[in-house]
Amino acid sequence: MNEMAINKIEVRNVFKVFGNREKEVMALIREGRTKDEVLARTGCVIGINDLSLSIRAAEVFVIMGLSGSGKSTLVRHLNRLIDPTSGQILVDGEDILEYDMPALRQFRRHKISMVFQNFGLLPHRNVIENVAYGLKVRGDSKAQWEERAQHWISTVGLEGYEHAFVHQLSGGMRQRVGLARALATDTDIILMDEAFSALDPLIRAEMQDQLLELQRRLQKTIVFITHDLDEALRIGNRIAVLKDGRLIQVGTPREILQSPADDYVDRFVQRRRTSI
Amino acid sequence: MFPDNLTFSIAGWVNDGVDALVSNYGDVFRHISETLLWAIIHLENLLRITPWWLMLAIVGVIAWHATRKILSTLLIIGLLFLVGAVGLWDKLMQTLALMMVATVISVLLGIPLGILAARSNRLRSVLIPLLDIMQTMPSFVYLIPVLMLFGLGKVPAIFATVIYAVPPLIRLTDLGLRQVDREVMEAINAFGANPWQQLFGVQLPLAMPSIMAGINQTTMMALSMVVIASMIGARGLGEDVLVGIQTLNVGKGLEAGLAIVILAVVIDRITQAYGRPRRGGPK
Repeated sequence: MNEMAINKIEVRNVFKVFGNREKEVMALIREGRTKDEVLARTGCVIGINDLSLSIRAAEVFVIMGLSGSGKSTLVRHLNRLIDPTSGQILVDGEDILEYDMPALRQFRRHKISMVFQNFGLLPHRNVIENVAYGLKVRGDSKAQWEERAQHWISTVGLEGYEHAFVHQLSGGMRQRVGLARALATDTDIILMDEAFSALDPLIRAEMQDQLLELQRRLQKTIVFITHDLDEALRIGNRIAVLKDGRLIQVGTPREILQSPADDYVDRFVQRRRTSI
Repeated sequence: MFPDNLTFSIAGWVNDGVDALVSNYGDVFRHISETLLWAIIHLENLLRITPWWLMLAIVGVIAWHATRKILSTLLIIGLLFLVGAVGLWDKLMQTLALMMVATVISVLLGIPLGILAARSNRLRSVLIPLLDIMQTMPSFVYLIPVLMLFGLGKVPAIFATVIYAVPPLIRLTDLGLRQVDREVMEAINAFGANPWQQLFGVQLPLAMPSIMAGINQTTMMALSMVVIASMIGARGLGEDVLVGIQTLNVGKGLEAGLAIVILAVVIDRITQAYGRPRRGGPK
């Protein structure tokens, strides 16, 4: 089969430098300096360092790494909440970095949605309005958004809470609202940034099951960020491991477990092996 | 002694500037002045024509709508009744009219400026020292040129009041907008909200408690200017305080002073109640 056709998202040689001395930093990177050396010399932080990867349609692609490894930065490149310093990002073969603001808004409204670690819900709106937010923003009629939002509220199991406010809900319920909001716009791609990390273990397992259940039916392209190996192994079709903004290894859960690419990945995996 | 050859003065230079402004643009300022005066006088007349009991009823309804407490509402009505009872009703209405116009102008200027300041760090870094100056400069200093431009009376009083009262609103609007949760902003951005939808749908509603606190501060500061305003010919409660001082009539001054305090309390309670976030919904 043609490899290009099934790649939903392509990230090519992306660099991201935080700070205002981008050119100098890029030169230093080309000289092969490390992240710490660059920081000491220029005061700039390298978020993403020459990263390329491709994500296939309808897979759950997990990006894993410790905090500071650049995983949250990377996922924000995919809907351009953050713009890279250099590189290319292709979605369905189109370079999204070429989009101007209106095109980018259309892209965000119809093609890609996102679930946030701390939910990012609107405190002054009730559950149904939160779920419908993406639909309202793109101008769907009230009848349309009400019906769609209602559908997804019952799908994630929040029936009866339509008119509750966010502060009245538990953490797990809040993230269900976040999930329903992302699903309601019916985008091909869903980005999930540590979506379950703020939840307690039981609720987290429940949410993971629900996500897998939904994914079996919906076949979305899901990019899932986590620092938790168990979570990665449980829900990922493929896992990418990041360190200091570099891609260390990509593979299926089995490949990651059985042949870790280096010490860093090995340390991640070690605890898992000893605990079995 | 500070050596003479190192001193200089900007006084002459400033005086020339103001003179030029008055002689060249006097007509423009007169026009602004007349428009403003028209608004104040009509508002004042309206407030004074309104029968006292109807006025109390209107304030009562607003107070009830804001606080939802019977006791607070009755207290507010009672206090205003008291002002009427000591014979200061008419002056109360004059002061109220002046203050309302000053507040409306402050809101029209302050909220947009606050929004712009929240968007641009550069504008903010220019604006903040300017606001500091506006708040600390003794008001008589800018009253003189304002008097030259607009003449005696209500209009310069309003300008002086606005200059003094608008800074907290700008500051608190800016603060409120900047304090909106970063992740909420990220989320609405990720769903493709345009700047308009972001501002009116999310930022302003979430900054509302802070903005209302700003409006509250603005009204309070406007009230604290009424005595100074009466020195340049604005009528109202400040006039009685001034007369009280000039004639050593402590009692009269105290009556008017207390009336100002009562007006402040009433407006403070109402604006504060509106500023409290009310997320009722089914519990």
